[in-house]
Amino acid sequence: MSTPHDPHAAELHRLVSLMTGDEKHSAAATSTLDVVRVLYERVLDVSPSTAGDRTRDRFLLSKGHGPMAYYAVLVDQGFFPESWLADWATYDSPLGYHPDRNLVPGVEISSGSLGHGFPLAVGTALGLRAQGIASRVVVLVGDAELDEGSNHEATELAAALGLDALTVVVVDNRSTSYAVPGRIAARFEVEGWDTVTVDGRDHDLLEKALSHRGIGRPNAVIATVEEKS
Amino acid sequence: MDARQQFARTTADLVDTDDSVALVYAEISAQYFGDVEARHPDRVVNVGIREQLLVNVGAGMALTGMRPVVHTFSSFLVERAFEQVKLGFGHQDVGGVLVGAGGSFDIPGGGRTHQAPGDVALLDTLPGVHVHAPSNAVEVDAILRTVVAGDGLHYVRVVGQTNAAAYPAHGRFHVVRRGAGATVIALGPVLDDVLVATAGLDVTVLYSSTVRPFDGRGLRAVLGSPDVVLVEPWLAGTSSRVVAEALRDVPHRLLALGVGRDEHRHYGTAREHVRAHGLDAAGIRRSLDAFLAA
Repeated sequence: MSTPHDPHAAELHRLVSLMTGDEKHSAAATSTLDVVRVLYERVLDVSPSTAGDRTRDRFLLSKGHGPMAYYAVLVDQGFFPESWLADWATYDSPLGYHPDRNLVPGVEISSGSLGHGFPLAVGTALGLRAQGIASRVVVLVGDAELDEGSNHEATELAAALGLDALTVVVVDNRSTSYAVPGRIAARFEVEGWDTVTVDGRDHDLLEKALSHRGIGRPNAVIATVEEKS
Repeated sequence: MDARQQFARTTADLVDTDDSVALVYAEISAQYFGDVEARHPDRVVNVGIREQLLVNVGAGMALTGMRPVVHTFSSFLVERAFEQVKLGFGHQDVGGVLVGAGGSFDIPGGGRTHQAPGDVALLDTLPGVHVHAPSNAVEVDAILRTVVAGDGLHYVRVVGQTNAAAYPAHGRFHVVRRGAGATVIALGPVLDDVLVATAGLDVTVLYSSTVRPFDGRGLRAVLGSPDVVLVEPWLAGTSSRVVAEALRDVPHRLLALGVGRDEHRHYGTAREHVRAHGLDAAGIRRSLDAFLAA
């Protein structure tokens, strides 16, 4: 499932295993892994040493569910120690089933309730623009998360205000009830977003799609992965 | 000038003079914001009729270090978008100034859909929310300037009901009248009716526009008799909890007056609704006499 000749993948899977407790993870645990890896390894300008800078790029994990891949990448990038992973979701751990920005270094928003991160990302992009900061804001949503109407409010306003700092990446594992093929991309396109659909496991395609910054138009990347089983 | 126009004027001034201040609104009050929006299109944002987005856009701007003023009618700001207030501001732990217009019955012709007597009680379920109920344009102006310059999460309830006098909002009770008997607490724009209702009675009258945090120490300091009367122009009993907390080791009786829970399917004027909920001077006096005689 990972890009061939990627020895680093084994290391990330080892980190995920510290939380899932098994060698072969469920697809839900790793549906976002390649997208989040590519963002931190190839796209975003943010690191532990710049995590407090006003001009850093921001990644917002909107859905918050299945954060194991996110935590593994943050450990791999040096945001917090690997030793935190083993006892995650215990009473005194900073790591919950949904990430908390006030507890976990490098986490931009506290999420878990669906439909909040995308609107927060729109506000973040507006706040950066108002301050003349050119940083990018990338927000990850799930395809089922788009059921929430608040996302559609965000889709419309981001295009209307031309928020080209904003990228939404939809990790589509076809987990929504009442799916309509092609609906997600069509929704973004009709609102005026630059929109592309890519293989959510192909690192080079993801890098190209996630690095795109349009002119006066926000960017939507639909990253398709294996169907949720 | 009415309170809502004053809110618009003061907010425009704050946006003009402080680059970190943003105004986010959802069509409501657009008639007042045209000029300031033209001057500062990046910091004055109309999100359209999208209240969930409204609150989280404000919170997102706060995440970048700005001080957002977030505005629409109370019913849509607090009730429709309550989870956004809880998570976008509270759980993220960022601050902002939520300004709700309309209150309990400013738009009586609009009926239940535009009435939010439960707004203060709802926000009171969240930790650390400061609630302000200014009672005229002078108080609106002063409170907005203070809380926008400050930090934390604030709710400013801008309504059509007024008190004649303006009091400084320093967070402590003003002792408006001193007596030996019961203590009557007027929160927000009910003071004028309370003063008429208590004329000739040997009671203490306290006033504050600061609803939360509640000045429990100020209440204890003036308490004469063990009778406490609470008058608040939103859901009756909203502040009973904080009175009980302030007087937990003091035997006391409490009469909590406010807007009733029952839906009144009537239109008319705000004053008629005040009367219907027993919050006009005659209604307060009736309740007070019965309570003190019991």
